[in-house]
Amino acid sequence: MMATSYSAKDEDGQITVSGGGGGSLRSRKPENTAFKQQRLPAWQPILTAGTVLPAFFIIGLIFIPIGIGLYVTSNNIKEFEIDYTGVDTSSPCFNCSQSFSWNSSRPCTCTIPFYLEQPYEGNVYMYYGLSNFYQNHRRYVKSRDDSQLHGDMDSLLEPSKECEPYAKHDNKPIAPCGAIANSMFNDTLELFFNDPNGTKVQIPLANTGIAWFTDKYVKFKNPGGDNANLTAVFQGTTKPVNWRKPVYELDKNTSNNGFINEDFIVWMRTAALPTFRKLYRTIKDSKMVPTLPRGNYTLEVVYNYPVRSFEGRKRMILSTISWMGGKNPFLGIAYLTVGSVCFFLGVVLLVVHHKCGNRNNSADISN
Amino acid sequence: MTWRSPMALVRDALRGQRAREKDLRNLVSNLPYEGLEKGKQPNRHFPGNGIKTTKYTLLLFIPMNIFEQFHRLANIYFVGLAILNFVPVVNAFQPEVALIPICVIMSLTALKDAWEDFRRYQSDKKRNYTPCFIYSRTEKQFVERRWKDIKVGDFVKVVCNEIVPADLLLMHTADPNGMCLIETSNLDGETNMKQRRVLSGICVSDPEFDPETFNSIVVCEKPNNNLNHFKCFVEKPDKKKVGAGIESLLLRGCTVRSTEHAVGFVVYAGHETKSMLNNNGPRYKRSKLERKLNIDVIFCVILLFTMCLIGAVGHYAWLQALPGVPPYLVPGSSGHLDSPSLSGFYMFFTMIILLQVFIPISLYFSIELVKIGQIFFITNDMDLYDQDTNSRVQCKSLNITEDLGQIEYVFSDKTGTLTENKMVYRRCSVMGTEYPHKENAIHLAVLEGEEIEEDVIFNQKPQLAKAGWSLDAEDNNYEDTHQQKRGRSRSKRYRGASNSAAFSSELETEVIPDRKLLQQISRAQSSSSGKKIDPYLDFFLALAICNTVVVSMATAQRQRAGRFSRSSQTGSPLDSLSTWMKKSASLCNIFTSCKRKPKRNRTISEVSVLEEDQFNTPVKTAGAGLETCSLHAPSPPDKLTITPDDLSYEAESPDEAALVHAAKAYGFILLARTPESVTVRFPSGKELVFEVLDTLTFDSIRKRMSVLVRHPITKECVLYTKGADYAIMELLGAPYAERLSGNQKTIAADTQYHLDCYAKDGLRTLCFAKKVVSKKLYESWSEDRQKALAAIENREELVMDSAVQLETNLSLLGATGIEDRLQDNVPDTIVALREAGIQVWVLTGDKPETAVNIGYACRLLEEEDLVINMSCKNKLTCISILDCTLEEVRRYKADPRNVDTTQGISLVIDGQTLTMVLSPDLQDRFVELAKCCRSVLCCRVTPLQKSRVVKVVREKLKVMTLAVGDGANDVNMIQAADIGVGISGQEGMQAVMASDFAISRFKHLKKLLLVHGHWCYTRLANMIIYFFYKNVAYVNLLFWYQFFCGFSGTAMIDYWLMIFFNLFFTSLPPIMFGIMDKDVSAEMLLGVPELYRTGQGEGEYTFTTFWVSMLDAFYQSLVCFFIPYLAYRDSDIDVFTFGTPLNTISLFTILLHLSIEIKAWTWVHWVIMLGSVAVFFIATLAYSGTCITCNPPSNPYWILQSQMADPMFYLVCIITTVVALLPRYMFHVLRNSIAPSPLLQARQLDRMDPGTRKEWIKEWRSFRGSGGVKHSRLSTPPSPTLETPVDIFPQSPTDSDIMSDEFTLNVITENYQRPIHT
Repeated sequence: MMATSYSAKDEDGQITVSGGGGGSLRSRKPENTAFKQQRLPAWQPILTAGTVLPAFFIIGLIFIPIGIGLYVTSNNIKEFEIDYTGVDTSSPCFNCSQSFSWNSSRPCTCTIPFYLEQPYEGNVYMYYGLSNFYQNHRRYVKSRDDSQLHGDMDSLLEPSKECEPYAKHDNKPIAPCGAIANSMFNDTLELFFNDPNGTKVQIPLANTGIAWFTDKYVKFKNPGGDNANLTAVFQGTTKPVNWRKPVYELDKNTSNNGFINEDFIVWMRTAALPTFRKLYRTIKDSKMVPTLPRGNYTLEVVYNYPVRSFEGRKRMILSTISWMGGKNPFLGIAYLTVGSVCFFLGVVLLVVHHKCGNRNNSADISN
Repeated sequence: MTWRSPMALVRDALRGQRAREKDLRNLVSNLPYEGLEKGKQPNRHFPGNGIKTTKYTLLLFIPMNIFEQFHRLANIYFVGLAILNFVPVVNAFQPEVALIPICVIMSLTALKDAWEDFRRYQSDKKRNYTPCFIYSRTEKQFVERRWKDIKVGDFVKVVCNEIVPADLLLMHTADPNGMCLIETSNLDGETNMKQRRVLSGICVSDPEFDPETFNSIVVCEKPNNNLNHFKCFVEKPDKKKVGAGIESLLLRGCTVRSTEHAVGFVVYAGHETKSMLNNNGPRYKRSKLERKLNIDVIFCVILLFTMCLIGAVGHYAWLQALPGVPPYLVPGSSGHLDSPSLSGFYMFFTMIILLQVFIPISLYFSIELVKIGQIFFITNDMDLYDQDTNSRVQCKSLNITEDLGQIEYVFSDKTGTLTENKMVYRRCSVMGTEYPHKENAIHLAVLEGEEIEEDVIFNQKPQLAKAGWSLDAEDNNYEDTHQQKRGRSRSKRYRGASNSAAFSSELETEVIPDRKLLQQISRAQSSSSGKKIDPYLDFFLALAICNTVVVSMATAQRQRAGRFSRSSQTGSPLDSLSTWMKKSASLCNIFTSCKRKPKRNRTISEVSVLEEDQFNTPVKTAGAGLETCSLHAPSPPDKLTITPDDLSYEAESPDEAALVHAAKAYGFILLARTPESVTVRFPSGKELVFEVLDTLTFDSIRKRMSVLVRHPITKECVLYTKGADYAIMELLGAPYAERLSGNQKTIAADTQYHLDCYAKDGLRTLCFAKKVVSKKLYESWSEDRQKALAAIENREELVMDSAVQLETNLSLLGATGIEDRLQDNVPDTIVALREAGIQVWVLTGDKPETAVNIGYACRLLEEEDLVINMSCKNKLTCISILDCTLEEVRRYKADPRNVDTTQGISLVIDGQTLTMVLSPDLQDRFVELAKCCRSVLCCRVTPLQKSRVVKVVREKLKVMTLAVGDGANDVNMIQAADIGVGISGQEGMQAVMASDFAISRFKHLKKLLLVHGHWCYTRLANMIIYFFYKNVAYVNLLFWYQFFCGFSGTAMIDYWLMIFFNLFFTSLPPIMFGIMDKDVSAEMLLGVPELYRTGQGEGEYTFTTFWVSMLDAFYQSLVCFFIPYLAYRDSDIDVFTFGTPLNTISLFTILLHLSIEIKAWTWVHWVIMLGSVAVFFIATLAYSGTCITCNPPSNPYWILQSQMADPMFYLVCIITTVVALLPRYMFHVLRNSIAPSPLLQARQLDRMDPGTRKEWIKEWRSFRGSGGVKHSRLSTPPSPTLETPVDIFPQSPTDSDIMSDEFTLNVITENYQRPIHT
């Protein structure tokens, strides 16, 4: 399609030529510029063993220390994980797990004792982990109304059609609407330290500071502003079907209630992979040193969240954290491996260069 | 307008349809019907002259344009997917957003179309409203109307320099002879004027033409697009038919020149005119690479469907495996979940939408851009610019640039392609006696030499050189001579540039007469005062009149709109100079004729003295200053009213011009030519007007032309025939030979011998013969002739038959040898092409001897070659010869002794044999034979055979072919080949019009193929491979993700960023790569033509390279997905945060992958590559910084920012990129180190400094082998030394000083060549 316009131009040029002639002839001699004559100065790297040798060694030399560093850092991170799904009959939560309902009136609780072999220092993070939960399912991911969550009054009362079929219930708009909100994780986890002296100390769990700063303060907003009476604001809406209490009763603390409840925000950030963990609480001021000393603990679970419909697993994870996030030795190993492979390849290339290099330099081109 | 019933209208429309469809149309004048309503008009069924070339109308633009755009499969695909996205159950993205790309593309295209159409509309309007003169009966005169008002059957008047508005049958002109000159450059680009003549005997044209008296019926054929044929007859009221052909048709678009006005009858109007029927837009060829690419696109489609199927089945299986209804399964709006199988079915379509980029639709668009860029560079190449014609290379087909890099067979025309097609008269043979024209040869050699050998001559052997051309350069010292030379050569060059008509410049056409022949003429003239015409005079008379050369006055020529504006400052003194020479020649004749009585040897010396003067004068005067030459020129004799220097000859073929000039040199000056008469001035000064009874024009079957004239003195009808020797020799009458006595009997044999000698010297030969036609014979023949001309059916055959009838029993007059010099660097180019693995075939209409000679001269044939000559008369012998040869060749090839030798087998085959071997049953064997031959020379082939050869080779061998030619006879061949190259030379523009690329010199082919072809091909091939890779590598990320989201079709990358990724972040680098990458420098490619072989056959873009790159893409996408996956496994990362490093990694991988492929980094590369990365970060950061709820569900707000604050992000990016590219990098390194390709070695040589590089090249080439790579510029044309008169023509005079001259020249040539040899 561009071709035609170009040819038209070309033809014009041709006409001028035949029409010109004589002394006043416009020369059509192409300009002698490096660009037009394709003579721009150029760097012409040629990848041969000789030229790339250093690169391989350098990569090796850089990657191996990084790998070691990453591996060590990852190893220093302490992580404890406990599966409380209750699949086994022996599991304390087995009974609770048998209930499939979202809205059972009687809360089911179970208590799981565990033993921390190492003391956890500094900030300790408490996660809940779900397996086989496809929060990344295409239609699940879409099933939300961001402008509603952004505090838009119109969207509050008239949720987007993306929320279907969780947009309205009994002709009342659902707040927050959509499948993501509807399926929000609603187990309550509490942690107790069994002091050797027999007392059971509850570990204080902070439920703020677990969401992204930008989510809490930019993306998510309660309708009607910060200081509005949430009960009044959400008048006329109804809670999501699976929820036990409406959104404005998620927390007593007004700065963590409604749409800006951090548990809610964390849940709304849909996980990328079907096995995921989400930050549940932080343990900052346990008044103990170290934060979590070695010893016996009890995890008390108010078991609400059914996972048997998808053969899911629920876990509680305690983890310290470093600059590289949670415990994951993969990257360190990867760097080490790649570094060594590069080093090895460097040696191979050295041999190749030694064997073929000379022939190369003499450059006798022969087919 | 009166009311008419719909039935009548339908009936009328049908009748009109029938009238238009009929093979013959009967047209009558509109004038008697003027003013009547439309229904009564006899010619109402034929379209009017208004034209409409616009595609759209204002109201219907949008629907029509959309319809038009949907003809592109790509658009349908895009729109289909976008519409699919609106189906809620399958949509992958937000449907509105998914529409954006296709809307943008389509609206841009629509805008461009609208603009183009508007321009067409404007030009149509301009044309339709151009004023013209139509005869009106009411006003009894021509009245001014618009072009669009012209109807078939009108009478239209066109004045000088006006454009003809419709196809007109010429009825009347201002010229008393009924002539009209037109220029057809608007139609076919030919700049010479063509003659059209009034249909004789239809209208009484004295004193003033009156259209109202026209009451005949014009019967003409259905409109067609053949510009050179028109069949029509005019039936007079008395049922007498008068035939008319193209020579009476003024075509729409032509310009009337030198004729005050012309009146014509409109036969075709508007869209039915020949020019409009010819106007069929740019041609579309599909290149080989694109054909291959389309196959790979189909592979991509298959792959895509497989992946979608995997997705669908996977989704089904995943759903099946679920024990219950998990909370993350969202039911449809009805509240029910679809069954797994239905979901799986839907998922198939969702996957297609998701993975749509897998099929590289943008590739087609990018290829178009790349080709435009490549063409820009080709047309801007200085080396392909020709100073003389001021023309660059033209790319007419825009989409086959890369085919230039894959050529395996080149089919070349000879005349005008390998040679200059500037015909120079060299020698002749009259009545069995050969006149070698040695002075002329020397003169030509000097003219030739000054251009090429200038510096060498004057720096090395000044004295010898001087002796070579100026015997009495009295006070001209060396410096002066040098200056003169330069001045002259410059002026010659200048003329070449301004003078594009089919005749060569004066200096080249001027002929120094052979003095012996001059004597003969003068003797003949004095003796033949009576009735009997001396054959010598006849010979020159034939030279002068047996042609179609148009004589125009130089003054008239200057008027012509500056087209041929030969600058008067430099032009005219030289003109007068050369014509002064002619005049002095004729004076000389008079002089000699006076002194005829003294003894013979004395005359010789006198003449030679005189001649030497003439010979040296031009040089001297040119050197002494141009303004002085008028002093030297003697005042013309008083009785001459027309001075010969006013004459300018315009010939359709350069041979004719050369011959007319030759005749002029001997005093037979063609003064004027009209259809009815030819005026010739004889050496005696007498002007005779010959009545032309008929002209039997040239055709490629008869291979001759004849002119039938009535001699003004003897009053007998004489037929002068000129043609190819074999065409004439067959027709020589037996009585002629008998009548002649003694040694003259052998004239035919002698002439034949001379002809053979000429051919061996590479001269073009023409034979001249005459025949006296008795009055009775003429009358009977004339009747047949008229019938033939008026025929509509088989007109060509009938006309030809009538010509053949007359052309019998000819008596031979003589023969001429015309030299057609080789163009510069032709041997060099041919050698280079051959080294590049290209087989060069030359197809020529010449005699085998001439062709073979030229073959050697241009190094198509080498001395040590085994030349097979195939020429046989009947098919049986042909079969046996073919089989034998094939056997021989196979044995020869198998012979171990011949493995190392560079000598090859060459085949010379003539047209007759060619027809036989191209018959279906022999084709295969012939092709087999031809495959073994290093070069093939086909002689005496017709245009049709040329194209047949090309087609057979192209289809049988499945190779890429290129045909190069310059003339109308090459058009078939040019169109049959994969690439047609036209040489804009002396023979008009038909070849150029039909070609894909137009160059001005044959030598340009070398750089066009070896450098641009190679570059274009490598660039595009690599670009396409990269493009496939790029899309697959990126889209596969989405595919791998499906394994972790239950095959639900989730994209973890924001849709906008995906669009941007293809549109802004990674689109420019491959395009730049396709336009600008340079693997090997031009010098290297020209120096080592073998490098061209990489592109031939399969080339670089093969099945393997495609699949390797696809595999690499799969590998890279796996790495790019799974390293981040493993790094972020079981963490709290969310969908779109996970997508961000993936996107970034892809960008780096894709760009760095390209950096591995880029061979030369210029600043453009750096800017675009770094710019792409910068744009990615800036755009993504800006997008993530502003989009809070703008694009649900992804809402990339602050994602990249938070990622960039995380060291993990960088660590993941770095290692992934390294791992992804490591195999390819390693592969390149190992291949380059262990088994470097020739291209890589060339690149290594490229990096050396020029001096060392040259050394290496030389060393390598000498290593490669002996004779095949001699780098000589053997472009010097057959030098005078080629003609060894002593051997061939014992009777020619051996003048001592002339011999010494030859010797000198010889030395010079040797000296000149030596430095280049070493």
